[in-house]
Amino acid sequence: MRLTCPLCGDRDRREFYYRGAAVALHRPAPDAGVAAWDDYVHLRDNPAGETRDLWHHEAGCGAWLVVTRHTVTHAVLEVALAQDEGAAG
Amino acid sequence: MRIDGKGLVDRSSPIRFQFDGIGHTGFAGDTFASALLAKGQRLMARSFKYHRPRGVMTAGSEEPNALVTVGTGAAQEPNLRATTLEIYHGLEVRSQNAWPSLSFDVMAVNDALWPFLGAGFYYKTFMWPRSFWEHLYEPLIRRAAGLGALSGQSVAERYEKAFAFCDLLVIGAGPTGLMAALTAGRAGADVILADEDSLPGGRLNAERHAVGDMAGSDWAAQATVELRAMPNVRVMTRTCVTGAYDQGTYGALERGAGAPQPGRPRETFWRIVAKRSVLAAGALERQIAFADNDRPGIMTAGAVRAYLNRWGVAAGRRVAVFGNNNDAHRTALDLRAAGVEVVALIDPRPKASGPKGDFPLYAGAMVEGTRGWLGLREITVKTGGGIVRLAVDCLAVSGGWNPTVHLTCHMNGKPTWCDAIASFVPTPGAVPGLVAAGACAGAFSTAACLAAGAQAARDALAEIGVTSAPPDVPEADDTPYRIEPFWAVPGAGRAWLDYQNDVTLKDIKQAATENFRSVEHMKRYTTQGMATDQGKNSNVAALALLADATGRGIPETGNTTFRPPYTPVSIAAMGAGGQGMGFAPRRFTTSHAASVQRDAPMVEAGLWYRPSYFPAAGETTWREACDREVRLVREKVGVCDVSTLGKIDIQGPDAATFLDIVYTNTFSTLQVGRVRYGLMLREDGHVMDDGTSARLGETHFLMTTTTAAAGLVLRHLEFVHQALRPDLDVRFASVTEQWAQFAVAGPKSRTLLNDLLDRPLDNETWPFMTCGPITLGGVEGRLFRISFSGEHAYEIAVPARFGASLFDTLVARAEALGGGAYGMEALNVLRIEKGHLTHAEIHGATTAFDIGFDRMVSANKDCIGKTMAARPGLTDPNRQQLVGLRPLDRAVELTAGAHLFDRAAPARRAHDQGYVTSVAFSPTLGHAIGLGFLSRGRDRHGEVVRVVDALRGKETLAEVCPPVFVDPQGGRLRG
Repeated sequence: MRLTCPLCGDRDRREFYYRGAAVALHRPAPDAGVAAWDDYVHLRDNPAGETRDLWHHEAGCGAWLVVTRHTVTHAVLEVALAQDEGAAG
Repeated sequence: MRIDGKGLVDRSSPIRFQFDGIGHTGFAGDTFASALLAKGQRLMARSFKYHRPRGVMTAGSEEPNALVTVGTGAAQEPNLRATTLEIYHGLEVRSQNAWPSLSFDVMAVNDALWPFLGAGFYYKTFMWPRSFWEHLYEPLIRRAAGLGALSGQSVAERYEKAFAFCDLLVIGAGPTGLMAALTAGRAGADVILADEDSLPGGRLNAERHAVGDMAGSDWAAQATVELRAMPNVRVMTRTCVTGAYDQGTYGALERGAGAPQPGRPRETFWRIVAKRSVLAAGALERQIAFADNDRPGIMTAGAVRAYLNRWGVAAGRRVAVFGNNNDAHRTALDLRAAGVEVVALIDPRPKASGPKGDFPLYAGAMVEGTRGWLGLREITVKTGGGIVRLAVDCLAVSGGWNPTVHLTCHMNGKPTWCDAIASFVPTPGAVPGLVAAGACAGAFSTAACLAAGAQAARDALAEIGVTSAPPDVPEADDTPYRIEPFWAVPGAGRAWLDYQNDVTLKDIKQAATENFRSVEHMKRYTTQGMATDQGKNSNVAALALLADATGRGIPETGNTTFRPPYTPVSIAAMGAGGQGMGFAPRRFTTSHAASVQRDAPMVEAGLWYRPSYFPAAGETTWREACDREVRLVREKVGVCDVSTLGKIDIQGPDAATFLDIVYTNTFSTLQVGRVRYGLMLREDGHVMDDGTSARLGETHFLMTTTTAAAGLVLRHLEFVHQALRPDLDVRFASVTEQWAQFAVAGPKSRTLLNDLLDRPLDNETWPFMTCGPITLGGVEGRLFRISFSGEHAYEIAVPARFGASLFDTLVARAEALGGGAYGMEALNVLRIEKGHLTHAEIHGATTAFDIGFDRMVSANKDCIGKTMAARPGLTDPNRQQLVGLRPLDRAVELTAGAHLFDRAAPARRAHDQGYVTSVAFSPTLGHAIGLGFLSRGRDRHGEVVRVVDALRGKETLAEVCPPVFVDPQGGRLRG
């Protein structure tokens, strides 16, 4: 498996650390309520199809990345910097 | 029998080798199989289950029968295929799965028991009693059935891993692959041409076809010379592409050539990344099922041609050919042309019209049975005119050719049935970026292969923006391939399908009868295709026969999944570089050499090595050393290397704001030159890590983490910044390796440092929890007045290159003051006495509330984990809370991992009240102490609990107490 880091280019997956669903980007407000926090911390979809997850280019530039990929075909559809989505809220 | 003037072996280079202790001679270019066949030896192995005598069946890596063992001791390698094993001087080969000898194997009694040993016999026979399976049945079966044996020793030879990148990977160097590589190479693309064979050319070396105006094998050799001369092309022979993986990554196994040589890898496992790839893997010939079709001397028709044309070897003196397609007829023609007697050409197609030759053609006939225990002697042929018995020593069989579609299925692709060739062809697009061309795509003639290879390369290059010239494809044979499906000869007796796992047609029918109708169920019930050859010759026939037995069509029946690797890959090659130091590199501190020199036993802490203790003269146990080191810290001064703790440099205008987000407590209020202990939570509310952070400047902090969590915390900081607060202007860098840091702890610590520092310290300017720059001997360093031991202590840091000399200096000064170096054991005792925590306590399931730090969670701000830490379940007063433990009997010791129970309660799980996390003998107090978690523990100080260690069979009573045993007021820290 290979990922194209927006900063470093096409790299082997061994350079990356996998975290999990990109849900983690959207941290609720402290008073958002139990359901929102349960959703954020615990509940994850398990799609047979497109999924967005977070990868860390730990053995490269250190960027956190949002990777859109297909769990059935393994196609990597998009790799973006997490900070761009984080900045967008 | 070697034929004069035939073949590509070098007859001027004889090579001597041994088989089961008997010397043989072959030629350079021979495989073990071709060299033995040249001597007329057909028997090479025994079968898996029935121990039937077996000979070589194929001329390639698909070989199911002729498996042998090479090497002895740690270098022993079993299950090598005789067909791909190149001979070299001194090669020693042994037969396997036979005792006492290959020609007389007592386990062949299994063959007489065959009516009882069919599919499912294990499941039905060895069911009861249950305990017999592990202790009796399985060991017996393992001894009776099987292939070669591993040495049981660690691999001594070198294996390697390697990486390669290219524009176009061409898999297979037959006519298709060579033409594809030539086309791409001439266009200037970066090309890798990989082929499992030692000699490029594929079937061109095995046939008599011409390409252009020269012999096919000469054209292949010429093409290879041209390719090798191109700087943009890499020709990799003996390299089997074993798997197709995501994003154009391929696995490939390269075998070393010839005799093992020191320093040269025996095998190299490649990971090849290709923008595009052309699969030119060719096709594999299948057998026909008929009674006793497994005798030595029965081979595929294509293999008989290969031995004749490539190696100059006649596989027999009197040969019959049995095939349902015109390609098989070539075998009869080639043999006759070389002067070998062809006894009969038998074709089950009633209207078969054979080639003109001086041998009889039996159209509409079939081979019904064979005779000859150690080698084929006779075949029985059923013809329109009755039964004919023919004396032969070789039978060349062809049931047709199966395209080698395997790699196109490695990413979940399913091949498509093609009636024209009665086999499966790849489904286009099954592996992104890979196109199958030539025989592996069902185009069998040489001319079609050459054209397909050129076109596939051009198309692939066009996709990546490389233009290529119109191909100059040489002329070649374009005879159409004609076949009528013919899978099995009706009749009694055992007809083999999977030779390596001894699966017969009867087994397939039995599976269908017992309702294992799914091809995946049939496979597992009969073990069809589950041996090391993965059923390369037999799977298609087996599923065709299953389709027949279940009354379905072949496409409807489907086929089993092909998974990597295509050919067996040794674990040693796949894991090359991952043993020993390659598996776990060692990280050494700057004081490592000095510690080793002082005879300190080094213990692992992650990848780091740290001194356990520093034995003094006369000490015989670690405890003596540890107790002395604890006392010297409490009474004098000790020195300990703490460089392994994670150090993260944090800078930026928003650094303080950022720390308020990741720590539960507030850091924005910390003054420059001060240090604060911080607690970090995971977002789910449990403790992640702890440590101190020092404010070195208005926009500059230095965070310390525990040794174990250094990487995790840096990753966490980067995540919180980039993903949650990219608006903050702050940056992080690990400086763990850049600074050597030593704890100087004890009542005389300031005295020691003041002898060294360019400017002395005092309690007014350097109180507890201060930090700042220092110089010693002109070297700029940092000093932190912090304490893990609970004593008046400092940590002094210098650039790592000064670490070794500073350690020596500090220890020498400490010794002059009555102290010395201390190791991990003493460090641990000191912190337990003081109630300081490690990951034994903050083990991932404890909260700030549990460890008594809930007041460190600031009420005035948000932080990671704060919301979830407030969940009722995480603040329940009945939760297990950190406590200290003192044995009532001061002479007994405590053990970590023991569980806590009420004094009167039974020591059963339902009554579990908590557990012990850390224990030590406290030299300061003169008895054992422990830390642990106890339900409502903070309210139970003074209570007595049962401490039960079921694992070690120990039990004692202990008094619950506050977790700080020494200096609870902290007077020593501040003095």
